[in-house]
Amino acid sequence: MMLLDIKNLKTYFYSKRGVLKAVDDVSIAINRGEFITIVGESGCGKSTLAYSILRLIDYPGKIVGGNIFFDGVDLLKISKERMREMRGKEIGMVFQDPMTSLDPLEKIGDQIVETILEHENIDKKEAWDMASKLLEKVGLPRDRVNYYPHQLSGGQRQRVMIALAISLNPKLLIADEPTTALDVIVQEKIMDLLEDMKKEGRAIILITHDFALAADRSDKIAVMYAGWLIEFGKVNKLVNEPLHPYSEGLIASVPDVWEDRQIKPMPGFPPDLISPPKGCRFRPRCPKAMDVCKKEPPSFNVNGRVVKCWLYENGEKNGGN
Amino acid sequence: MEGLSSAGCMRMVRKMEVIEVKNLKKYFPVQKSAIEILLSKKIDYIRAVDGVSFGISKGEVLSLVGESGCGKTTTGRILVGLEEPTGGEILFKGKNITKLDKEEFRKVRRELQMIFQDPYASLNPKMKIGEHLEDPLIIHGIAENEEAKNLVLQMLERVGLVPANQFYNRLPYQLSGGQRQRVAIARAMILKPEFVVADEPVSMIDVSLRAAILDLLMSFKAEYNLSMLFITHDLSVARLVGDRIAVMYLGKVVEIGETREVIHNPHHPYTAALLSAVPSFLKREINVEIIGDIANPREIPTGCRYHPRCPFAEEICRKEEPKLEGKDHMVACHFPLDLKID
Repeated sequence: MMLLDIKNLKTYFYSKRGVLKAVDDVSIAINRGEFITIVGESGCGKSTLAYSILRLIDYPGKIVGGNIFFDGVDLLKISKERMREMRGKEIGMVFQDPMTSLDPLEKIGDQIVETILEHENIDKKEAWDMASKLLEKVGLPRDRVNYYPHQLSGGQRQRVMIALAISLNPKLLIADEPTTALDVIVQEKIMDLLEDMKKEGRAIILITHDFALAADRSDKIAVMYAGWLIEFGKVNKLVNEPLHPYSEGLIASVPDVWEDRQIKPMPGFPPDLISPPKGCRFRPRCPKAMDVCKKEPPSFNVNGRVVKCWLYENGEKNGGN
Repeated sequence: MEGLSSAGCMRMVRKMEVIEVKNLKKYFPVQKSAIEILLSKKIDYIRAVDGVSFGISKGEVLSLVGESGCGKTTTGRILVGLEEPTGGEILFKGKNITKLDKEEFRKVRRELQMIFQDPYASLNPKMKIGEHLEDPLIIHGIAENEEAKNLVLQMLERVGLVPANQFYNRLPYQLSGGQRQRVAIARAMILKPEFVVADEPVSMIDVSLRAAILDLLMSFKAEYNLSMLFITHDLSVARLVGDRIAVMYLGKVVEIGETREVIHNPHHPYTAALLSAVPSFLKREINVEIIGDIANPREIPTGCRYHPRCPFAEEICRKEEPKLEGKDHMVACHFPLDLKID
């Protein structure tokens, strides 16, 4: 059952140098209880996509087109007040940096209670009780409600962020690079926690630049490049037989701890999104570029996988060099 | 560009160590508050590096891995003279360099170079790229004027910053992170050093550009037959570049050995826990637990400093600190594991 259906979303930023198309015509559908990872390099638009879902795009950015259907309701059409209610209650978000997203002057408990009271009609004592239960659920001792953020480690703070994000029991949890600032062992524990959240029936959108991390946990992977969704499909298929030359190149360029693999550097660098290359945006770096790539490729469906590349014009792989 | 093969398959008989570290220590005093000074409390120390020993032979790369705060960067900084050790010895080509005066050390310094993690902080924003590379040549009296400029242009070309004469005149802000890191590598390599410390050189670089930077670094390693200490928190990168791996925990090396040995047959429970947590395309059946959070470095646990987090800890682990023991594959543990993972 579909939970989130994004159609032709366009989020642009208007700068003095020109229009930066951070998310450009992205369509993606996510089912209930599904764990999806959006992979891409910095500046590919993956965070902008997440913020767009929550309508948290500020000036000079703007959502200029498309639809975001959540449970059948177009989030881009509802009032600001209604959207405010949706945030937290229907869609929870965990941000990258837990230090800047928690109030340093307020106790952890107060911050959770504030969120709960904003949305639920219960008294303060019940809310405090809920807060300590939530902390327990994310693997922190109950007494941490009385701590201030600086008294916690990075991993503990990220747990608090997750407790906050799930405090109103949202159907969708978005986590934007939740583990980038953390060590591998703490990362593993936070990922376990996200997986627990999934087991409770929540859909998860994880945003990361780490392909191996994406491969580790998710049901499906979406690969973004220069504002485009260039490939989307089930994890095993995508990791073992990537279709888009960018996915293929990215996977081939990362080492793996369990294998003596040759890593192949990818030529070139990501484009400037104010003046991206004409036609396919990956063309200047693509080892398989053809003449037709001077035109923008549509998204093709290859056995249930979405891929934005001319190689798949006829469903299966074309020739190409 | 050519591919980069994973190192560590072949191993030469250990020849003379280019650099040898013996019982290296670095203690940082903890700043006290006014009240603590008035009460004349005794000074607390953070034992960032607490008795570390290893050697790196000619043309060898040692990957130093561990979590943030384990002392790996401090170790690297001491080796190139950016930090003065509290105790221990560093033998560079057989000579103790911890006791040298400034002038003597400067002569050695040319052969010891460092590549830093953050290419946004390691270049001077007001200096041209060319000047960044020319300065070391002038300081060490290798070349001046036209000659220096020519060497710099050659080096810029070598690291792929072409057209070189354009990059020569650019300022750091005009370069991307990947390009800056190429400058940092060029600056370290232009002196043709014997030994290089690379401190997380790709952790701040875009994923698709990392392989190219690692490739470049390894091509210099091959060309100059460099010895290198490669500091990283990422075990998959450590495997790729390292002939050997050393694992650090709270200021101590807990395991050291040939790369394949350490990864496929980890002896220390901490190494095994790290391996269990690394994300991978080829997930292996290894699930060694680690308990709780990292200890406060001001209050290092008694006995084995890993014991509060170790699922296998017994009485002796709380009392007696294990020594780093073994022949080629060394481990500091009272009950070493023998996991043999394919």
